[in-house]
Amino acid sequence: MSTAFTFQGVQRVFGSKQVLRGINLEVPEGQFVAIIGKSGCGKSTLLRLLAGLDQPDGGRITRGEAARGAAGTRIMFQEPRLLPWARVTENVAVGLTGIAQGAAANARAADYLAEVGLADRGSEWPSVLSGGQRQRVALARALVGQPAILALDEPLGALDALTRIEMQQLLERIWREKGFTAVLVTHDVAEAVILADRVILLEEGHVALDLTIDLPRPRRHGSPEVAAYEQEILDRLLGRNAA
Amino acid sequence: MTAVTTETDTKTKGRGAPFRFLAPRGLIGWVLPLIIVLLWEALSRTGVITENVLPAPSEVLAAGWQLLLSGELVHNIAISTQRALIGFVIGGGFGFAFGLANGLWSRSRDVTDTTLQMIRNVPHLALIPLVILWFGIGEEAKIFLVALGVFFPIYVNTLLGIQGIDPQLTEMGRIYGMSPSRLFWRVILPGALPAIFTGLRYALGIMWLTLIVAETIAANSGLGYMAMQAREFMQIDVVVLSILIYALLGKLADSLARLAESLSLQWHPAFQRKDA
Repeated sequence: MSTAFTFQGVQRVFGSKQVLRGINLEVPEGQFVAIIGKSGCGKSTLLRLLAGLDQPDGGRITRGEAARGAAGTRIMFQEPRLLPWARVTENVAVGLTGIAQGAAANARAADYLAEVGLADRGSEWPSVLSGGQRQRVALARALVGQPAILALDEPLGALDALTRIEMQQLLERIWREKGFTAVLVTHDVAEAVILADRVILLEEGHVALDLTIDLPRPRRHGSPEVAAYEQEILDRLLGRNAA
Repeated sequence: MTAVTTETDTKTKGRGAPFRFLAPRGLIGWVLPLIIVLLWEALSRTGVITENVLPAPSEVLAAGWQLLLSGELVHNIAISTQRALIGFVIGGGFGFAFGLANGLWSRSRDVTDTTLQMIRNVPHLALIPLVILWFGIGEEAKIFLVALGVFFPIYVNTLLGIQGIDPQLTEMGRIYGMSPSRLFWRVILPGALPAIFTGLRYALGIMWLTLIVAETIAANSGLGYMAMQAREFMQIDVVVLSILIYALLGKLADSLARLAESLSLQWHPAFQRKDA
């Protein structure tokens, strides 16, 4: 299987604070990777580097053939960042800037809206949608350009518990359908175990744990196997503090 | 600021349900002026208000009819409106252009903003003596003053609108590969529009104020001139008529601005009809 992207000794420094201290990471195409860690461990910085929003101070980031170019990697944020003055379909079509326009763009946008279960909301303003629906529009916008890599910066963090589980199922279904590489930054260990093939634990700018989650999908919240993985990661996350 | 006002309107409407039988929402605002005019008429007829203090509304109306027949009223309104609009287009155009330039380019702001803020703090009506020396009492004097008065509300609010745009949205636009011009039309201008409209409505108020003062002091035609002439000949009914016309024209301008605002800001929660 070919590689989606590789981090080789990647470093990032803000002022006197070294946020990333030599990250090495190789992710094959189509893998779902979750990155977890405490606040300030550098996980969002890593994601911004991956999305090309920031440049490393040392080391190299290489992307596979498919993920090169502007539309090869998309990022989705904790806030939906929709344009309040554009209808829902137009907001999704923003994801096709420089790829398609006019009727063709609207048709593709409508397809992806249907994909996220909002087929009949295309002509609404974002302000009338709920938080979960807005985030689904943002997901459609991120995917409509068919990126090879989707970077997700805690996109479900602001949602209530039930909407969150629905969104996790939606995300998993679309990921399996489209086959893109997903990199999810989250502080929710359960979410990481439910969704990811592989969980990376960042600690003080290092990869502290690289764990493959070998469980059949779809996984259920609260099943014993999921709980066991959760426990293992939590022990590792909190263990050092307890000692 | 505008958004807040409109939101309150919607709320008042909900609470004011008992009054709804009186008139549809748009008309209810005219009930109070009507009551005031009727009361005024009654007080004039019973002699509580003497004629040389304030003539009855019916007399003002009669004076208006006379002026309308002679063509004088239409002529003066037309000339004042023309001055107002020319001044507004010039001042508003420059204000908008400087607001955009200073909102988009910090270099432009660094160079011009200090100067503009100093000029802003000079009451523009204080320039009337100077303006009369420059232009006499010709058209340029009035247009210049209106343009100067209108410039600042448009400039300040356009600048504020652009500076107030959510940086997360502009970052989003860049991530999705929007070119600078596309970013401007899709993100920056629509985002600044609510503030620009606030400036527009404020500017319309200043536009009338400036014009009336300027016409009262230095003109030989227009509504302000008509009022001053009437004062010379002790035609108090015409003076009162002029004042009422200012009120109506001001209201008309504001209503047009609000209409344009609600048409172009349909996306804004404050302009969405919740009962629709």
